[in-house]
Amino acid sequence: MGWRVAGLGEKEMSGAKKGAELRLVTPGEAIGASSGARAGTGTLIMGDNIIATRVGWAKEFNGVTSVDPIHAAYMPRSGDLIIGVVESVRNNLWFADVNGPFNGLLPMSLAPWKVEFGAAREQMDIGDIMLARVQEVDEAHNVVLTMKGVGLRRLKEGIMSEISMNHISRLRGDGDSTLRQLKEASDCRIIVAENGRVWVDGDSDGIAFMRTVLDLVRNEGHKATFSASMEALIEERRNA
Amino acid sequence: MGGYGDVKLLREDGLRLDGRKVDEMREVQIEAGVLPAAEGSAWVKHGLNVAVCAVYGPMEAHPRKIQRQDRAVIDVRYNMAPFSTSDRIRPGFNRRSREISKVTAEALESVVLVERFPRSKIRVEIEILAAEAGTRCVGITAAAVALADAGIPMRDLIVGVASGKIEDTVVLDLDKAEDNYGQADLPMGILPTTGEIAFLQMDGDLSVEEYNTCMEYNLKAAREIHVLMVDALKRRYTEKNGGEA
Repeated sequence: MGWRVAGLGEKEMSGAKKGAELRLVTPGEAIGASSGARAGTGTLIMGDNIIATRVGWAKEFNGVTSVDPIHAAYMPRSGDLIIGVVESVRNNLWFADVNGPFNGLLPMSLAPWKVEFGAAREQMDIGDIMLARVQEVDEAHNVVLTMKGVGLRRLKEGIMSEISMNHISRLRGDGDSTLRQLKEASDCRIIVAENGRVWVDGDSDGIAFMRTVLDLVRNEGHKATFSASMEALIEERRNA
Repeated sequence: MGGYGDVKLLREDGLRLDGRKVDEMREVQIEAGVLPAAEGSAWVKHGLNVAVCAVYGPMEAHPRKIQRQDRAVIDVRYNMAPFSTSDRIRPGFNRRSREISKVTAEALESVVLVERFPRSKIRVEIEILAAEAGTRCVGITAAAVALADAGIPMRDLIVGVASGKIEDTVVLDLDKAEDNYGQADLPMGILPTTGEIAFLQMDGDLSVEEYNTCMEYNLKAAREIHVLMVDALKRRYTEKNGGEA
């Protein structure tokens, strides 16, 4: 196809909402002239126009026209902290579902254990959950994971839940402020991974509270009133 | 088609049996995001046709032999519910649904930026709950809204529309009687912003002039439906937002 496709740098843009004028756009909608402006994420140059390729909020920031998608699949990038679910096991490697279009591959050399060839299942079997980091993503979108690093491990207890990609920043808050408050209020260990999966471990009361919080994120994460609802929920928990 | 010349499909006053003008479409209603389990979904009512579409993925393509190294594959499953017509349809894939699934997938591949997701698969499930001629077009419209709702990057939406010929007159959007007893049928998949055609089939014969009129009607209808599609998508998020960002 002869279209100039914008890059995949979704992450840098998603936080920079402040001060920019937001407009809800749909695929194919012209959002500006291509001359003088650069096409950012979620856009495409077609003739004289920059068009949106996704449903989302169009904005212009530093001369770059882009669309913050409302709903987007997780695109793995190297360095991401992710929670994966083992999907299949070979003699010396694991394939993990990383909540994205491509499965991640964890080779034995990047796992924290040394096991015999053919005994990979003894450490991690199908359905087990791992906290891992994306080691590299090549041009063919092969995703290699690593579990060598501080804190990277198999998650044996707690609960795992999924939220939409664009709600991650809302759950974390500015500089992780909301997440810190939640950790303190629930007295739970919480990991919000880059692939939209959340792991929570603590006593059953704390986990129940976090389930309510995650439901709030899923149902009201879009709303302008979200921050207020979240604060109210945390406040209620503190006073309980 | 064309074998039932004695069936009257146009009234004395020039209107069609259901009272529509020759270039008038049946009523269209669209809703986005109707299924909680799907990543994107849509409900489309076009006349008496009702279609629901669910989109899942992009996901790892299985079995591995269907993977393409440079792009995603779109796996479309078009299915008519057994109760969608007056004669019960035997459940399961048949020759017709296989054909429609294939042409729909090809039409959608021309708008979805498939090269963004190599080796993966986007699953599109189209279920026709009620049928009254033109279900493949309704399916394409529903699939486009569901794909956009799922956040799949696309260069445009795609609208399915049809026109045809009854009693030597070109008409827009055939209903059941017109489809069964008419002379020709021309369903199209149109990219409404650019006017490109991603899908075209023809059943029966049309002269060049008749074809051009069909084309004109289809483009007009596509633009009308496009407005409804955009509205459905925007409504979904503005209502969810309480009207704010």
